[in-house]
Amino acid sequence: MALLEVDNVHSYYGNIHALKGVTVSVEAGEVVTLIGANGAGKSTTLKTISGLIRPREGAVRLEGDDLSSVPAHAIVARGLVQVPEGRGILGRLSVQENLEVGAFTRNDKPGIAEDLEMVYTTFPRLRERRRQAGGTLSGGEQQMLAIGRGLMARPRVLLLDEPSMGLAPILVEEIFAIIQRLNRDQATTILLVEQNAKAALEVAHRGYVLETGSIHLQGPARQLLHDPRVMQAYLGA
Amino acid sequence: MPRSIQGRLGAAAASGVYGGLALLLAALVGMFEQFAKRPILAPLAGRGEPVTLDLVLLLGGLLVIGYLVARRSAGPDSIAVAKPVPELAAGLAGAAAGLVLALYVLTASRIDLTGILINAKPFLVDFLSLGGGAGPAGLARPVLAGLLLALAGAGLALLPDRWRPGVNRGLMAVVLLGTLQSVLTRQVDWVTQSRRAGGLVAAVVDWVYANKGVAPRGVLAILALALALSVGVRPLRAGLERRFRRLPADQQVRSARLLRGLRVTLLLCLLMWLPLGLGTYPSDVMDTVGIYILMGLGLNIVVGFAGLLDLGYVAFYAIGAYTVAVLTSPASGIGLGFWAALPVALLVSIGFGIVLGIPVLKTHGDYLAIITLGFGEIIRILAISDALKPWLGGARGIQLIPAALRIPLRRFPLVGTMDPQLQQEMYYPILAAVGLALYLAWRLRGSRYGRAWMALREDEEVAEAMGINLVGTKLFAFATGATMAGLGGALFASKVQTIFPASFNLLISINILVLIIVGGMGSIPGVFVGALALVALPELLREFSDFRLLLYGVVLVIMMLNRPEGLWPTAIARRELSSKEAPSA
Repeated sequence: MALLEVDNVHSYYGNIHALKGVTVSVEAGEVVTLIGANGAGKSTTLKTISGLIRPREGAVRLEGDDLSSVPAHAIVARGLVQVPEGRGILGRLSVQENLEVGAFTRNDKPGIAEDLEMVYTTFPRLRERRRQAGGTLSGGEQQMLAIGRGLMARPRVLLLDEPSMGLAPILVEEIFAIIQRLNRDQATTILLVEQNAKAALEVAHRGYVLETGSIHLQGPARQLLHDPRVMQAYLGA
Repeated sequence: MPRSIQGRLGAAAASGVYGGLALLLAALVGMFEQFAKRPILAPLAGRGEPVTLDLVLLLGGLLVIGYLVARRSAGPDSIAVAKPVPELAAGLAGAAAGLVLALYVLTASRIDLTGILINAKPFLVDFLSLGGGAGPAGLARPVLAGLLLALAGAGLALLPDRWRPGVNRGLMAVVLLGTLQSVLTRQVDWVTQSRRAGGLVAAVVDWVYANKGVAPRGVLAILALALALSVGVRPLRAGLERRFRRLPADQQVRSARLLRGLRVTLLLCLLMWLPLGLGTYPSDVMDTVGIYILMGLGLNIVVGFAGLLDLGYVAFYAIGAYTVAVLTSPASGIGLGFWAALPVALLVSIGFGIVLGIPVLKTHGDYLAIITLGFGEIIRILAISDALKPWLGGARGIQLIPAALRIPLRRFPLVGTMDPQLQQEMYYPILAAVGLALYLAWRLRGSRYGRAWMALREDEEVAEAMGINLVGTKLFAFATGATMAGLGGALFASKVQTIFPASFNLLISINILVLIIVGGMGSIPGVFVGALALVALPELLREFSDFRLLLYGVVLVIMMLNRPEGLWPTAIARRELSSKEAPSA
């Protein structure tokens, strides 16, 4: 049984049939990426997983438990933690307060302090700026803060929504290196939603290609990276 | 660059015109006429009339115009911006302000304006022309006075940094002490009556004040004292700090803790003693301030922490007050004691908070403000309605609410007496309630709920993505705020013993909101500062109370323009302003 299963999910925005039977699974310890063009349904899939949109058909299951009647905030408490698109930094709160908000669902003080230390070790620049207002960080630092905040919830699966968005190429590289390191060193399970297909497939184990609301292709990331259809449509080759 | 200098002189003249218009506005709302009754400075050698607050305000206003313009022109030098001579700019501004007043004199002495402007009476022509009347003297005098006073203001602004703060504070102290003369002398009379030790205080006060206003020798003494304090204290403080730094680290921590403990103990003793030492009227004012602080702390949780704009906060105040009134007043026949009724009042307030909260908190921002505004009015109208008249008494309200606390002993050896006619003891339950609310607000802010509120205030979607239950968290803020307002209402009912629906109008909600904004959104000490500035001061200066709303407006505009973070801002607001100076790469 996979850790996270998205099983034949149909989701709607009003009357628009946005997801037409999406099936995705994530095993513990994997990095899985979901790639696709604008409007393919990537964000809708994430929103359905985190309970902000309810599927009309199909189910989202975490370790076999159906999440369809669990409220969104309780889904976070169960370990499905989203790092929202556009980073969602609380601009007037300090870096440390942002991280503490990430641990809202937890109540174990020593564990929280330990994870705070872990985040600061992973992102030394956040430690330097921990008293600074989150809104004053650069784009790359904000993305690190957003990921760090997600980690503070001790996620079973970390859901990353377009972490490369709006970043300079050198920072994109850095962020993806961090994602890879998190998975390798701390065994964090990650579902990565990206438009930057090449960078995403390079760090992922497996990948899914989403097109107009359904899964078009899937397979090991390395295989997709060399698939002529993917190369032509997403890798600009 | 002569052109730029001309531009700056033009700007200075424009500032003068605005200043003159502000003074004219104050004149036309009748402020000066009202203030003419309050003497500030006694005449030299005891002859002639004292200088009253109206003249102090007019001349002081012209002085301030010169001061501000000169400060702006004398700012730090930069090569790119040419600056005119500060005295020239200030003089120009003062003359321009005077000219505005002269133009009014010219107009009002020829056309009768009283039909449109009630306060445009002959008194005003006489006053604004500084006794010059409608002739050429009446036109020349304001302009000349503006010029001279603005120059004096410029002189003040150009004093070296070592002296300026002391002189400024001294001048302000003279005006403030002059304004507070009647309050202070009444106070001193009361102290000397009730205690023998008051003789020395009385002697000092008699020496400083003449019959009407501050005596010339008092002015000199106050100025000298302020100057000595500001010049003398700084090196003293720096020396102490240096010695403190030299201590080993653990001793630093220990002595800092000791100092804080000492300060808190002293403050507590002072607070306990205040009503006994100050007498009835000031302790009545303190009660009012205390109730406002209590509600300010509650609304600060709702608006300042959680960012939920609640314009109907008075509703919970009314609910607390009416619950206690109904349960304790003999009219209803229930006849509980205050302390038995209090928990019920708090529960009812929380209940209403939740009942209102559940449907309302799903809305955002503006909608929330409008719905809460409506809720506040509904509660007031219910209280005044005929349908509920048998229980709530309609417009006549509820009478004979018993006091919360009765201290049988009225005279305390060495400390003071309490007035048996007034419920001076109410001060203590209010003090305790404020202490409790302060502790709660402070603990909640540092808790995970405090952080959840702040996350919610910043961005609801992100808060939800972090696993924060939006409705539950908002409801908690709302209910906590409602409890504090309910407690305030219960204490208010027991203090005044008769409540009417009219005591619970929209203005209360607005007042509390304004005091939070002035003190600093989300700042706990800010609530205290705001309440003292906006509730205690107007209460003590009765003439101002007619203009309270006008002053609120002026204060709010000035605060938003110059100090949007409030008088005592939170760390966040301060950080936001300081981090703007040094953005990261």
